[in-house]
Amino acid sequence: MATELESKQKTLDAGVFQVGPFELSSRLIVGSGRYENATVMKECLEISGAQCITVAVRRERLHDAAGENLLDFIDSEKYLLLPNTAGCYSAEDAVRVARMGREILRALGNPGADWVKLECLGDSKTLLPDPVATLQATEQLVSDGFHVLCYTSDDPVTARRLKAAGAAAVMPAGSPIGSGQGILNPNNLRIILEYLKDEDPAYPVIVDAGVGTASDVAQAMELGVDGVLLNTAIAHARDPHRMAEAMKLATHAGRQAFLAGRIPKRLYATASSPEEGVVATHPYPRGN
Amino acid sequence: MVHVNGEAMELSAGVTLCQLLRQLEITTRHVAVELNLEIVPFERHSECILADGDKLEVVTLVGGG
Repeated sequence: MATELESKQKTLDAGVFQVGPFELSSRLIVGSGRYENATVMKECLEISGAQCITVAVRRERLHDAAGENLLDFIDSEKYLLLPNTAGCYSAEDAVRVARMGREILRALGNPGADWVKLECLGDSKTLLPDPVATLQATEQLVSDGFHVLCYTSDDPVTARRLKAAGAAAVMPAGSPIGSGQGILNPNNLRIILEYLKDEDPAYPVIVDAGVGTASDVAQAMELGVDGVLLNTAIAHARDPHRMAEAMKLATHAGRQAFLAGRIPKRLYATASSPEEGVVATHPYPRGN
Repeated sequence: MVHVNGEAMELSAGVTLCQLLRQLEITTRHVAVELNLEIVPFERHSECILADGDKLEVVTLVGGG
């Protein structure tokens, strides 16, 4: 028979979260790019515990097309694939690439066919999104029946516009893609969470981009985001396998800490041991 | 003459999309094909006859974030 503690522990599970039509068992979504080789990628995906993997759409090689394909290393029966529109600088291109991604996943029989991570870039140096093109592409893709997960900046007004346009999830960047700078403006994320989850607490907000290490993931999760999407932080770590494990643990730790509710920050100390019965003399008058 | 991923190719008359992909040794399960900006669903590859001047994009999945 389960003890009282065991049954309490069971209810502490950080749980699944819903994005569009999918229930994700892990709040960590990982990318498949920039790994030293496909074997390391495959192992890191496994270690990370992620259920959802992002992939990019690119031209097939016309010579040596029979060589290695990403799909030889990612089991499309096991993972939910999330195709992106990375590298697109206009709404038109992003919509076109999203449709191509949908067709590939449909042919594979992967359930991820009808969703897309929308990236509409506005600048090649910062890889910041173009908010106008992102909004236009979102409207078009939503009317095409896509569940759109929007990569966006951490601007709360844009985030609100994307949700209003029908985005299945809004995914603000913590800092520029691949920069490893972490969460540069936690206050903007707080405002986004407040605006988007007002009267709709289950609406998914996912930090996408900028994560450098495990504490960045934990910080994002502690703010109350539903998930974190990252790639380079694992792929380019000195020891990618170990970092994949660290990211998995940080996602879980951050979620649990958010649900637990942190104590408020105070300027002065409060003793954790009783102040009564101390066997010592006090050097200063009380209150100083 | 057709263009595949920006590359010009000579094709004999009446060649289908399915035949072209086979000739290029492309695994059809791993790709999507766009013909003159319209996706050709994989079920229709064998009935899609290519014509002079067609522009094709053949794309697959690669690693990405």
